[in-house]
Amino acid sequence: MPLNESGNVNPKQPMPLINAAECKGCERCVEACPAKCLRISDKLNCRGVKAVEYIGKGCTGCGICFYNCPEPYAIVIDKP
Amino acid sequence: MAQIKTTGMYKSFPRSGSDTKTSHYCAGCGHGIVHKLIAEALFDLELQDETIIFNPVGCSVFGYYYLDAGHISAAHGRSPSAATGIARTLKDRTIICYQGDGDLGAIGLNSTLQAANRGEHIAVIFINNATYGMTGGQMAPTTLAGMKTRTTPFGRDPLTDGYPLHVCEMINELKAPVYIERVSVADTRRIMKARKAVRKALKIQKENRGYAFVEIIAPCPIGLKSTPLETARFCMEEMEAEFPLVCLRDNSADQPLLPTPKKIVSVKDFFENSGTDLGISTAVPDESFKELRMKFSGYGGQGVLSLGLWLAEAARIDRRFTTWFPSYGPEQRGGAASCAVVVSGRTVGSPDADHPDLLVAMNQVAYERFIGDVLPGGFAFVDLTVPINVEPRAGVRLISVPALKLAEEFGITQSANTVILAAISAFGVSNLSRESLLSSLDAGFRKKPELAIKNKKLFVKAETWIKDQWKSSEVRECESAEIAASEDTAHGTGRGIC
Repeated sequence: MPLNESGNVNPKQPMPLINAAECKGCERCVEACPAKCLRISDKLNCRGVKAVEYIGKGCTGCGICFYNCPEPYAIVIDKP
Repeated sequence: MAQIKTTGMYKSFPRSGSDTKTSHYCAGCGHGIVHKLIAEALFDLELQDETIIFNPVGCSVFGYYYLDAGHISAAHGRSPSAATGIARTLKDRTIICYQGDGDLGAIGLNSTLQAANRGEHIAVIFINNATYGMTGGQMAPTTLAGMKTRTTPFGRDPLTDGYPLHVCEMINELKAPVYIERVSVADTRRIMKARKAVRKALKIQKENRGYAFVEIIAPCPIGLKSTPLETARFCMEEMEAEFPLVCLRDNSADQPLLPTPKKIVSVKDFFENSGTDLGISTAVPDESFKELRMKFSGYGGQGVLSLGLWLAEAARIDRRFTTWFPSYGPEQRGGAASCAVVVSGRTVGSPDADHPDLLVAMNQVAYERFIGDVLPGGFAFVDLTVPINVEPRAGVRLISVPALKLAEEFGITQSANTVILAAISAFGVSNLSRESLLSSLDAGFRKKPELAIKNKKLFVKAETWIKDQWKSSEVRECESAEIAASEDTAHGTGRGIC
């Protein structure tokens, strides 16, 4: 499933909307995610860091990644 | 559709000409997490419009770029002092002091403890990351024993560098604080506890219950030269071994103690007489009035400062512009004291009188110090006891008045200054009316009316005496003037012994 920054591709499932441009790649969210559904991308974002990405499934919408993220606008959790 | 997202922050953070949605914090920094918690709490408690946040000196000095509330930046570590002023004058506002360990624990520890001890109505968010992050990872008061930093390359040695400072525990020794808790933002469970603590601290402010202190252990991966995840582990294991996460006090449910309201004294009442009760409120511009700069000097206790005040008061009664500018040492009595008085027909620029037109010197030290400054054409009133071992500049008229002696003879030993005032009046050198000079004594002895009467009597007596004496010495005065004039001076040096 491709990442979609502007909206949830599957409105019936919760999903982290990741703004890769704001991510600094600290991996706190990857470590904290209880569903282990986040990973560090292979590709560099516009800043030149490997940003976090959603593996495409497994998000429960708990918000843990959001609270662990030091950036204000890198992660938004979409909950149906 | 519900979303979990950042609230209470600006939509973007324009800085240095660039518009960005990214914070300036490093990857894995604790500040960003705490900012989000505060912003969310302010938003949820609907406090944004009434909150003033004091940003520290440190990385989070830029808090005003992010948190959508009011902001003030205080001097390094002085947030609690500045916040005290704001909290006391704007009682309905919510005040947050966001401070780091260098700001709060080092340079500002005194301000912090004093504000806590007074129980000021502020919420202090204390970010403890065990290092100075912004300046490059130097040792902070909270640096752990043995921990390597840039300034402790072999590890902090408590015997030379001190032990880690437990600020929460220090504040817990004080009676006034309402809420003290230490939390962490190292992992999810701790972040949720920190979220609760921040909300509680802000709620205490919203309900005006008193001082709340929340210490937050926050990771600083760059300062500790480590990775974000490794630093989070360091916070949980090593930091918490030294700084246990505890709620030391929570009296937020108790009824808040309110101080007895103090009587408000108006400015007019404080200064007793603003001038309006005399029907005189403002000075009247008068370009034809020659500006007069006066210096009154002596030792503390001789009444030279009062004498200056009387002249200023007389100028005020005459509706002139005037200033009174005192200069004295720490001693209440006996030290060198002087004051400058400027009387003018327009707004006074400098209140000092470096080169006075009129000098009063009540002792030798003052005379020697100031006589050389008096401008040609000016006057110098000197007490007779002062030996004239330094000659004034050419053109300065030196008048020795036996002020101390006269005051003693007339029975008010402390009123030598009144005699000088009478001399100034007798010689007509102040460009102020005699009536004003006389009635300035009423204002001078406002609290002791019986002394005002005595001094006014003394004034009249001394003035008459001086005028009589001066007549008899007039001839000598003219002689001196002629001698001086022959020495290529415009006015001549006159010295009259009364």
